[in-house]
Amino acid sequence: MNSAGERLYNGIVKENPTLVLMLGMCPTLAVTTSAINGLGMGLTTMVVLAMSNAIISLLRNIIPDKVRIPAFIVIIASFVTVVQMVLQAYLPTLNDALGLYIPLIVVNCIILGRAEAYASKNPVIPSFFDGVGMGLGFSVSLTCIGAIREILGAGEVFGVHIMPASYVPFSIFVMAPGAFFVLAVLTALQNKVKINGEKKGRDMSKIQSGCSSDCMNCADSGCSHRFYGESKEGEVK
Amino acid sequence: MTSTWKDLLIILISSSLVSNVVLSQFLGLCPFLGVSKKVETAAGMGTAVIFVITLASAVAGVIYKFVLVPLDITYLQTIVFILVIAALVQFVEMVLKKFMPGLYVALGVYLPLITTNCAVLGVALTNVQKNYGILTGIVNGFATAAGFTVAIVILAGIREKMEYNDVPQSFKGMPIVLVTAGLMAIAFCGFAGLIRG
Repeated sequence: MNSAGERLYNGIVKENPTLVLMLGMCPTLAVTTSAINGLGMGLTTMVVLAMSNAIISLLRNIIPDKVRIPAFIVIIASFVTVVQMVLQAYLPTLNDALGLYIPLIVVNCIILGRAEAYASKNPVIPSFFDGVGMGLGFSVSLTCIGAIREILGAGEVFGVHIMPASYVPFSIFVMAPGAFFVLAVLTALQNKVKINGEKKGRDMSKIQSGCSSDCMNCADSGCSHRFYGESKEGEVK
Repeated sequence: MTSTWKDLLIILISSSLVSNVVLSQFLGLCPFLGVSKKVETAAGMGTAVIFVITLASAVAGVIYKFVLVPLDITYLQTIVFILVIAALVQFVEMVLKKFMPGLYVALGVYLPLITTNCAVLGVALTNVQKNYGILTGIVNGFATAAGFTVAIVILAGIREKMEYNDVPQSFKGMPIVLVTAGLMAIAFCGFAGLIRG
């Protein structure tokens, strides 16, 4: 039932974290100035996600329920630190390009979200592949967004010039505003798919629209709010 | 590192306007897009963010200088900062609830949302990366948060007007807000000439 293949498919297509669930928007917008940066960020996140999912799943019966979120955060932050050190040592150029956004993987909603929603309830192997699948889904979407921005903004993909010489690049697309525009079009397409799907009577509840309704949703996907919500209810009782 | 008034002023302007935290660095996007429906709530969120970030950069700066550096464990900064921020927000919430109920009612709902706000961790890490002293770090934190507040209040103002506009169906909700944010980002690019280098 929870085979590795099914988990991979789920992460890459059915519950693609960026394009379907709309999680982890900060790094998505910030590092996708080129396809290679997007790919680097995606793969870095994938490593952290797979490792932290595996460890959290191993420890799921040991960690007390009340302190699980801080415990998850410590585990995730440890892996982020490890990955950051590895990048500094072996891929310094990628490390410089991603800069501040590597330590910020800690607060990426996708990772805490998967830890809470999947790894804390399932065995190690499926959790590991869930992390790999989600990470690959994230990498694929970041690479695509990066490639779109790079083609429009610089006429290149992975540094290879592909547009005709007469093409004048819109340099705005590799700058900050371009990120907002590309994401706007992407979410509009997602809305379109959702509207069409609902017209045909298909279940589209999986498709989230990120923070569109209110921020409670957003923090909820990162599970922080759920955590605080619970603790507050506890106090009231 | 001793910093003169001129340096602090430059940091104040560059962190709040030139490299605006949301519009050019994409930190704190969730509350920026989520809590910007009304000017009033946006201003509340902004105030809470200024409060937390200024406090967090002070605390993180002190911990970095007097705990992490002497013990030579600066590589633990990410873990330490995120735990300190989470604890700090909880603590602030409790203190406000107990001693300043008025302020708690105004800011309370926003506080839990700020813990996982990447802007807070982002500022703490930037302060360390750029080798800012504690005072400079606090000024940078305040300026960054002020920039966030300016951006979110402007966006909320535009969104209030946009309620009456006829937006294509698939662009309703999030997409049109993102387009607006993009246009605002272009406008903020205009500040780039303010500071040389």
